[in-house]
Amino acid sequence: MIKTTRTTLNYLTGILTTIIFVFPEVIRAQSEEVAEIVTDSLFRVDRINALIFVVVFCSAILLYTKWAKAGKPLFLRKIPGLDAVEEAVGRATEMGRPVLFIPGIAELDEIETIAGVSILGRVAKITAQYDTPLMVPVRYPLVLAAGQEVVEQAYIEAGKQDSYDKDSVRYVAGEQFSFTATVNGYMMRERPATNIYMGAFFAESLLLAETGNAAGSIQIAGTARPEQLPFFIAACDYTLMGEELYAASAYLSREPIMTGGLKGQDFVKMLIIVAIIIGVLLATFDVGEWYIHLFEEV
Amino acid sequence: MSGWEIFQVWLVAFLTLALFSFMYKDNPIYRIAEHIFAGLTAGYQVGLIWDTIILQQVWVPMTSGQWWVVIPGILGMLMFTRFSSKYSWVSRSSLAFVMGATAGIFLISELHGRVLPQIQDTMVSLSGEGGFGATMLSIIIVIGVISTLIYFYFSKEHKGALGVTARVGIWFIMISFGAHFGYTVMGRVSLLIGRMQFLIEDWIGSFI
Repeated sequence: MIKTTRTTLNYLTGILTTIIFVFPEVIRAQSEEVAEIVTDSLFRVDRINALIFVVVFCSAILLYTKWAKAGKPLFLRKIPGLDAVEEAVGRATEMGRPVLFIPGIAELDEIETIAGVSILGRVAKITAQYDTPLMVPVRYPLVLAAGQEVVEQAYIEAGKQDSYDKDSVRYVAGEQFSFTATVNGYMMRERPATNIYMGAFFAESLLLAETGNAAGSIQIAGTARPEQLPFFIAACDYTLMGEELYAASAYLSREPIMTGGLKGQDFVKMLIIVAIIIGVLLATFDVGEWYIHLFEEV
Repeated sequence: MSGWEIFQVWLVAFLTLALFSFMYKDNPIYRIAEHIFAGLTAGYQVGLIWDTIILQQVWVPMTSGQWWVVIPGILGMLMFTRFSSKYSWVSRSSLAFVMGATAGIFLISELHGRVLPQIQDTMVSLSGEGGFGATMLSIIIVIGVISTLIYFYFSKEHKGALGVTARVGIWFIMISFGAHFGYTVMGRVSLLIGRMQFLIEDWIGSFI
């Protein structure tokens, strides 16, 4: 308890020190003359607001991770789509059909793909436990390598290394619609019982989801692309919207690092809400323009 | 139209109809088009990566004195260790580099590109100076942003006041999705019109 309090105090002192000593610099840097001077320097003083945000963000995540590792119970609300994952894999097992998992169609340098690959690890662990065939078509070689790594790891963790099939994660095609055409053909021929789409999707989202629907599969989708989400909502049984995709991995694994990260993000969201409310009040009473400039994007 | 051009138009029309045939059901004609499509893409990608990445981004800079491109080159080469069951673990360092760098870069780019502008643009005056319409719009923006943020708050059960706010948030999200849906459908319809124009004007027009 004393140790946790001390750690909390250390973090808070760090944050407060940053705010007290660095904020005046931010305000100073907002003046155009200074901003012009600092642009060429090694340290962008005008971007210090981003630094403060990152420090607060990382501190919150580290603090919650520490708490999670110490065994402090951290509550996460239910996300309906994720509760359905295990049920859907169970259905595939009963029907003797495969589970199709698509970690999006973007490269590994997209954060949604990383989230998708991370969820793939959790899904692969369930398929390994149930001995359910898993099929993961990918569009990029790096996603292929990452996918193979996490699926193999999941099978090892489930104690089913011998059941791991390297070809379960396979490169299909490098072009968006040839990938879609191939996966659609696979869906109609193999009729997977469960289709899980988690990652970055574009114009092919409805083509995939509609074909999966026609094949009679249970479908769970998740993406952070607002323009594709309506199609998934229309054609899938469950949809994870936006940040739910990033929360999914923490929710499924309940690992301290992941849970701590999610709780830290929630804390920052609350800070943002408070910051917005203060800003709205100041703007309404036409005072504190300096405060609004703290959030200037440079 | 020359004989070669007519052949091209017929080939494209055949492939278009073959892919459209999937709307009826999976069939051998669709499979032919699917395999041609996937095979051509694979071949094209090999050529594209060889030219735009290996030659233009690694070989040419390296031979002109930019020796530091060797570092990403080596990281790329490490991926070939995946062919060996004994040394495949070495490739993980390349993967870890890409995944770590992505997370770091995205944190800053999203912060600058979305988070900070969104926060600042939400700090609007509700004093009514701009007239009734502008004030209502500002109220909608503030309520929309805050309630949507609350919807994505995972640390508490959505019950009571938090639940009501989250429900308002989901309404805002759904209205936004409706607008996106309509906008995207319009785009898809224009793509269909483009294909139909090709079939009617270029293909049917070539023999009528």
